[in-house]
Amino acid sequence: MTAQDKPRTLYDKIWDDHVVQQDADGTCLLYIDRHLVHEVTSPQAFEGLRMAGRTVHAPGKTIAVPDHNVPTTAGRETHIENEEGRIQVAALDTNARATGVHYYPIDDVRQGIVHIVGPEQGWTLPGMTVVCGDSHTATHGAFGALAHGIGTSEVEHVLATQTLIQKKSKNMKVEITGSLPPGVTAKDITLTVIGLTGTAGGTGHVIEYCGQAIRELSMEGRMTVCNMAIEGGARAGLIAPDETTFAYCKGRPNAPKGEQWDAAVAYWKTLFSDEGAHYDKVITIRAEDIAPVVTWGTSPEDVLPITGVVPAPESFAGGKVAAAKRSLEYMGLEAGQKLDEIEVNTVFIGSCTNGRIEDLRAAAEVLRGRRVKDGIRAMVVPGSGLVRAQAEQEGIAQIFIDAGFEWRLAGCSMCLGMNDDQLSPGDRCAATSNRNFEGRQGRGGRTHLMSPAMAAAAAVTGRLTDVRDLMAEAV
Amino acid sequence: MEKFTQLTGVAAPMPLVNIDTDMIIPKQFLKTILRSGLGKNLFDELRFDADGNENPGFVLNQPAYRQAEILIAGDNFGCGSSREHAPWALLDFGIRCVISTSFADIFFNNCFKNGILPITLPQDVVDVLMEDASRGANARMTVDLEREVVTTSDGKEFAFSVDPFRRHCLLNGLDDIGLTMEKASAIQGFEAKMATARPWI
Ligand code: SF4
Repeated sequence: MTAQDKPRTLYDKIWDDHVVQQDADGTCLLYIDRHLVHEVTSPQAFEGLRMAGRTVHAPGKTIAVPDHNVPTTAGRETHIENEEGRIQVAALDTNARATGVHYYPIDDVRQGIVHIVGPEQGWTLPGMTVVCGDSHTATHGAFGALAHGIGTSEVEHVLATQTLIQKKSKNMKVEITGSLPPGVTAKDITLTVIGLTGTAGGTGHVIEYCGQAIRELSMEGRMTVCNMAIEGGARAGLIAPDETTFAYCKGRPNAPKGEQWDAAVAYWKTLFSDEGAHYDKVITIRAEDIAPVVTWGTSPEDVLPITGVVPAPESFAGGKVAAAKRSLEYMGLEAGQKLDEIEVNTVFIGSCTNGRIEDLRAAAEVLRGRRVKDGIRAMVVPGSGLVRAQAEQEGIAQIFIDAGFEWRLAGCSMCLGMNDDQLSPGDRCAATSNRNFEGRQGRGGRTHLMSPAMAAAAAVTGRLTDVRDLMAEAV
Repeated sequence: MEKFTQLTGVAAPMPLVNIDTDMIIPKQFLKTILRSGLGKNLFDELRFDADGNENPGFVLNQPAYRQAEILIAGDNFGCGSSREHAPWALLDFGIRCVISTSFADIFFNNCFKNGILPITLPQDVVDVLMEDASRGANARMTVDLEREVVTTSDGKEFAFSVDPFRRHCLLNGLDDIGLTMEKASAIQGFEAKMATARPWI
């Protein structure tokens, strides 16, 4: 067998198709098809370009949108209260207009979280390389695109050259066999995997998610799974494109049309891992074994089924014992406490993990005919202006509003609280986002990660709740 | 970028595992449009209480470690957000080298772009270095990138290895972009090929 017909993984194939040049030591110059840009990690890169007298190499392959700092309340087009946030959004506006990249400003209905806007507008397509100065770029891997986060120096590098200097990662396969039980979602899959492998389990690897349960997911669900590949330490997550992918892409504003569409699909159909391709690490999980899960600590690996109890720090090994102790102290929890008795005072539904239409539908399904428990602050922040518009059209927005949720404008919002949407010290939040780090949603704030349906259930009961109990109960 | 050849300095021990970039530089300090000035907020929520007073228990607040230039850290250092503000804050504080059993990929990459040397060593070696670092300001460690050796304050030597290309760039303070721009014709060639092979891109 020659090197040519050696079986290759999906990652191998996309990689091979983007190598511009390879050095003897394996360092490659990799071509980048799509570069997404937001306001927080780009100002220093544009500044660097200017100082060096360089220009943006391929403005047509660069997409800019403000998301992290933008307020999610009315009137934001004309006024951002926080001065530094305002300066960053203004800097993006100036840089985007000056360089001629595709740009969705704050008052454009298509504005939203960069990882939701890219796929929605058809910028993200199978087989592409996609980068962004943001770790959750992994999201785009759901299309069978090689997508990963980069630092600001690399943002500058891509702006100037449309390439990156890269070394290839290893291949890891995560297979989810069988079908998900009722009440269990893509978020539960991705959290369960991280709970199993740890936040460093994927370090140095690109994960390919496969198996029946993955195939059965919608594009929205696949994006949720890949989004958190980074929380598992992986460089990127990937799912082979199939009919579900093609159907999602078809007709998107920037997807190919006519003959080009046919040619693209023909190419996309070659993007799968060959029989016998080599993986450096393989994990297999049965979908039937996955339950609705929540996090109890301050690392995304601190995952347990909602039916469980807060673990004792001594049950861990090595440095994790001290970390778990610190987590419990920060979270204000005791070992042995039942997870479904933990009371919350805030619920946040949104983020690039779970801010898409299907996520809002799943939460609304639980909320229909129910109300948010008294004393709980609940907000829903759609991932983009178009998701918001669609939810309004489908009547979902009204369900949220009737239940007592705040219905916000699109942005990152309380996922990281760079705008005004933040937790106060001691607040406890059921969140659909992806990070439960200390202070992530606001200094002293306590975050429990979960699926949109689980977050909606917590809003109704005021505590972490097994959504299956509410599903069984007639309203 | 400043060259990195050899560094002798105080090493601060931070045995905590999974130190994420939110801890290294919390989000409220990401609003800058500059690269400099972040050192005063390095590890902000660990270093200061809610009123802005120094937390005396935090290692970098202790007199022995205020001038630390090296960090010895627990497993999986730099996980989480891709923010390059994390290495910028370390550098601005004066940290030029971080040693751990493992690093998150993006942070690891970002270090090299900013003249910071991240070194991965096995647990038993990191344990020895952690022990050495905990002796305080008199225990100065030496990191020699040319020889790829770390030397403890009492003269124990440990070899490490760094990717040759990255080592070359650090030793010479080379800027990646300049290097890549020399390959402009290869990039144009690739683009021309793609215009026929995958025109929809
Ligand atoms: S929603 Fe959260 S995780 Fe996603 S890009 Fe915004 S801040 Fe990052």
